[in-house]
Amino acid sequence: MERIPILRMGRALLVTIQIDLQDQVALALQDDLSSMIERTGANGVLIDISALEIVDSFVGRMLASISGIAAVLDATVVVVGMQPAVAITLVELGLSLEGVRTALNVERGMAVLAADDRNQID
Amino acid sequence: MKQENAVFDQVLKASPDDFIKDWVAEVSASGSSTGTSASTIQNDARELLGAVQSAVAADADLDNLDGSPWARTRSVLTALSQSRAAQGASAGDTSLFVMAFKRPLFVGLQKHLGTDPKATFDAAWTASRLVDRMAQLTATTHQRTREEVISRQQQELLELSTPVVKLWEGVLAVPMIGTLDSSRTQLVMESLLTRIVETGSELAIIDITGVPTVDTLVAQHLLKTVTAIRLMGADCIISGIRPQIAQTIVHLGIDLQGIVTKASLADALQLAMKKAGYTVTRAAK
Repeated sequence: MERIPILRMGRALLVTIQIDLQDQVALALQDDLSSMIERTGANGVLIDISALEIVDSFVGRMLASISGIAAVLDATVVVVGMQPAVAITLVELGLSLEGVRTALNVERGMAVLAADDRNQID
Repeated sequence: MKQENAVFDQVLKASPDDFIKDWVAEVSASGSSTGTSASTIQNDARELLGAVQSAVAADADLDNLDGSPWARTRSVLTALSQSRAAQGASAGDTSLFVMAFKRPLFVGLQKHLGTDPKATFDAAWTASRLVDRMAQLTATTHQRTREEVISRQQQELLELSTPVVKLWEGVLAVPMIGTLDSSRTQLVMESLLTRIVETGSELAIIDITGVPTVDTLVAQHLLKTVTAIRLMGADCIISGIRPQIAQTIVHLGIDLQGIVTKASLADALQLAMKKAGYTVTRAAK
């Protein structure tokens, strides 16, 4: 089974989803990510879904639950690069992903995490 | 050649000029020639007569206008209907013109078969059916032409009325005009989201000054758009909420919590500039 790589960048983790997410892969990602946050003590997670063109309600819910899990482990999740079609699909599915931070691209997502970091220190 | 076709052929070929004269006289008597010049009517009549003549001569089935021998007649009728429609004639006028074809046809048939009442009646019935079908074809074509125009205009209206404009670096605006239904919302959402990706804008302003009424359905569509924009990672401001609309929203109990709303586009732009860290100052005189 394919696994989605999780890269470490300083205190943040970077997940780039470049394949169509099947349910098993999504569940594995959820497992990997939570143990990775715990192991590295990361305080931010960037999930880049700019290559994702098809979503279903399962993937939508998974994004929301990853964000919830990370919040419990004291890390902020930012979903970046969502395609217009994906956004429209999620809205039509009634998934507004309340509580999930979003940004236009990885660069902006990093800026969001950095701003969060500063706020916490202050 | 079938017996019936032979009779029709003789009638149509006997004296085309008189035939057309009779026809045109009948058209003007019926009062349907308004707006169409006499020479146009004459030309149209001649062309249609020629087409029918050749179909009859080719031994076409007089009961079935769909057959291949009638192809030329059909195309003449279609062209006639389209050009008349373009000139502003009504479907009724065009079909009256075609129906007037009956008059000289009946006169000719009577002349030929006058001695035999049964044959005259049968021929008249066939002629009547044929001409009615031709008239029906013009009416159908007329209607189809109109419908094509209407659907094209609807599409144009849909596209024209939803431009996405760039107000400032990183600030997009959509001035919504007209009623917001689901297809309009879909179109606005798609074009706005695409532009957000293209320009990397972080803020979108939806201006609803031109939206006449806001009900629960429209509000739901707005909420959907705002949610989609947020999912993409941009922010959204709704501006141009008129006092009556603000009252309606509250009376209907629509929840716009979590959405930034401003009274005017100017206020929204000011907020956008402030968020982006710009300050606007008047240069000293």
